Amino acid sequence: MVGPGRSRCCGPSGAAPAMNCRAEVLEVSVEGRQVEEAMLAVLHTILLHRSTGKFHYKKEGTYSIGTVGTQDVDCDFIDFAYVRVSSEELDRALRKAVGEFKNALRGSGSDGMGQISLEFYQKKKSRWPFSDECIPWELWTIKVNVVNLANEQERQICREKVGEKLCEKTINIVELMNRHEYLPKMPTQSEVDNVFDTSLKDVQPYLYKISYQITDSLGTSVTTTMRRLIKDTLAL
Amino acid sequence: MDTDLSSQDRKDLDKFIKFFALKTVQVIVQARLGEKICTRSSSSPTGSDWFNLAIKDIPEVTHEAKKALAGQLPAVGRSMCVEISLKTSEGDSMELEIWCLEMNEKCDKEIKVSYTVYNRLSLLLKSLLAITRVTPAYRLSRKQGHEYVILYRIYFGEVQLSGLGEGFQTVRVGTVGTPVGTITLSCAYRINLAFMSTRAGEDNGAVYPSVEDSQEVCTTSFSTSPPSQLSSSRLSYQPAALGVGSADMGYPVLFAGGLNAAHPHQLIGPGKEGGVPPVPNQPAHGTQADQERMCTPLDGVHYSAATPSSSEDTETVSNSSEGKCGSPHDLLETIFIRKVGAFVNKPINQVTMANLDIPFAMFAPKNVELEDNDPMVNPPESPETESPLQGSLHSEGSSGSSTGNTHDDFVMIDFKPAFSKDDILPMDLGTFYREFQNPPQLSSLSIDIGAQSMAEDLDSLPEKLAVHEKNVKEFDAFVETLQ
Repeated sequence: MVGPGRSRCCGPSGAAPAMNCRAEVLEVSVEGRQVEEAMLAVLHTILLHRSTGKFHYKKEGTYSIGTVGTQDVDCDFIDFAYVRVSSEELDRALRKAVGEFKNALRGSGSDGMGQISLEFYQKKKSRWPFSDECIPWELWTIKVNVVNLANEQERQICREKVGEKLCEKTINIVELMNRHEYLPKMPTQSEVDNVFDTSLKDVQPYLYKISYQITDSLGTSVTTTMRRLIKDTLAL
Repeated sequence: MDTDLSSQDRKDLDKFIKFFALKTVQVIVQARLGEKICTRSSSSPTGSDWFNLAIKDIPEVTHEAKKALAGQLPAVGRSMCVEISLKTSEGDSMELEIWCLEMNEKCDKEIKVSYTVYNRLSLLLKSLLAITRVTPAYRLSRKQGHEYVILYRIYFGEVQLSGLGEGFQTVRVGTVGTPVGTITLSCAYRINLAFMSTRAGEDNGAVYPSVEDSQEVCTTSFSTSPPSQLSSSRLSYQPAALGVGSADMGYPVLFAGGLNAAHPHQLIGPGKEGGVPPVPNQPAHGTQADQERMCTPLDGVHYSAATPSSSEDTETVSNSSEGKCGSPHDLLETIFIRKVGAFVNKPINQVTMANLDIPFAMFAPKNVELEDNDPMVNPPESPETESPLQGSLHSEGSSGSSTGNTHDDFVMIDFKPAFSKDDILPMDLGTFYREFQNPPQLSSLSIDIGAQSMAEDLDSLPEKLAVHEKNVKEFDAFVETLQ
């Protein structure tokens, strides 16, 4: 299985993040009912920048790219709106992961602190008997602190404050995205599945995986859970 | 510097920058329309979606952006700016943010134009989509409608930030290096939202002093209010608010034409002495109005009353904005326009009852037009306007109304209940309802009964109790049958 704090790649060698994998950490304090929307807002904002249209390869090694649509999402419990990629499949995948994270946060042993990580990686083919290696190239970690509020007035203030905070996080994300640091090279047709998640029918995000950790009151990791959200070959 | 770039690459780069500028304007303006935007992803490339993003093109916005650019591209010292401002129903306006697309001298000679620059511009557009939702103006634009509207203005040249007030903040959306310079997209937004009144002086009927200069002004403002808010606010429009005049609505503001980088925003810059006209849509005089009409093909009916054939009509419009109703008909025509799109107006006479969002519109009298005959719009005390509806009501009211009286203060409306038809029964649903609307009082609730005094009731109580006690067994047997 997986040790705590490690983002596991697809292979028996639980490698630590590669040296050139950039890691960014965002922190938010939210009320319990805001967890889901806050996480979705951040993850969708990141994936908006890390998704492209579907590739259609032609002869002579060229390819054309489909079109990415976008849509506005209004949060119900936060004074915030964000833009996400118009892909129901992608939205469902993120909601599933965030839902599990939210349930784990609510579970026993949790002091309301945890973190959810979104990792972008590339697959590197290896020869038999070794399985493919996953090399992360970007890791986003969102640390969440769930607060309990006493009355409606505090909740209203929290709505606004968390909204402002998410605005700041969006600006942070955009700033980091536009540094134009390492991105995987555009792959050939045979290599496209090593770089992109081609399982969705309307958009093509970079290969990614989402994992989360819940911290107990002692600050140690209680649960480490890995979720694969892409169809992938399993380790030997 | 440019000799390293092949001619094909140079052509491609210029094209990318041009369409990037146009798409930037579309994203910004659409984000201030006040509605949620949704476009579909398409797995098959259509060939027409620049930067592989589904961003719709509002034709008027593209048109105005192209006019502002006038064939030029953003370059060093020549920035394309989109100014977003707020205008209240009272005519006060305030600049909210300025989006700037700039170019600096820092070149990246090694970068590949057709691949890397293109993809990075696509990424920058995505960032713009995200950032346009987090500045304060987004929330304001989502709530625009009856009390205020959001306007936009495009200009080209030097960036003018003075209208944003003190302590404005800047957010950088992103940069893309190219062989000819680095493209930078940023936003400066106001954080002090305390209102500065920019209304004109109280002189009634005065043409606004800087309107004459507007001929040299490069652009004017456009409303981004969505049609749904406009039409609903119009339908609930109260006669009491008529005094606000055409400035109340301020949509759409027309393009003044001409470009002058030196005075890019004279029309709506705040803080000028004596006030700046809050409604640049009031044309200065005939020729300009004609130009405006040409520029914005959809302004037709909005200015059919306001567009002056002589200069006196300008005063009519400005008079109306100060509350004087020289001609109520003209005033109402100016105000009441059916907007069927963000920049589309439908002429008044094309509006039918069925088009409007009122319940059971189909059952309202069909032989009239709403704007002329809506009693909410057309106050009974304006004698100059004769509405066919009023005429027909006065004639029908006496026969159809159960009260039978036509009071001067009330407008009788023929009662037509939903789903009723006149030709099925001699007594239709409406007649039935009117006749049985006021049934007589129940006798037990009549005043005569209640006139008995409490004392009499109390006196008769012992006798009644004695009678009931005699019949206790009967009562018990009855109760047992119930169980």
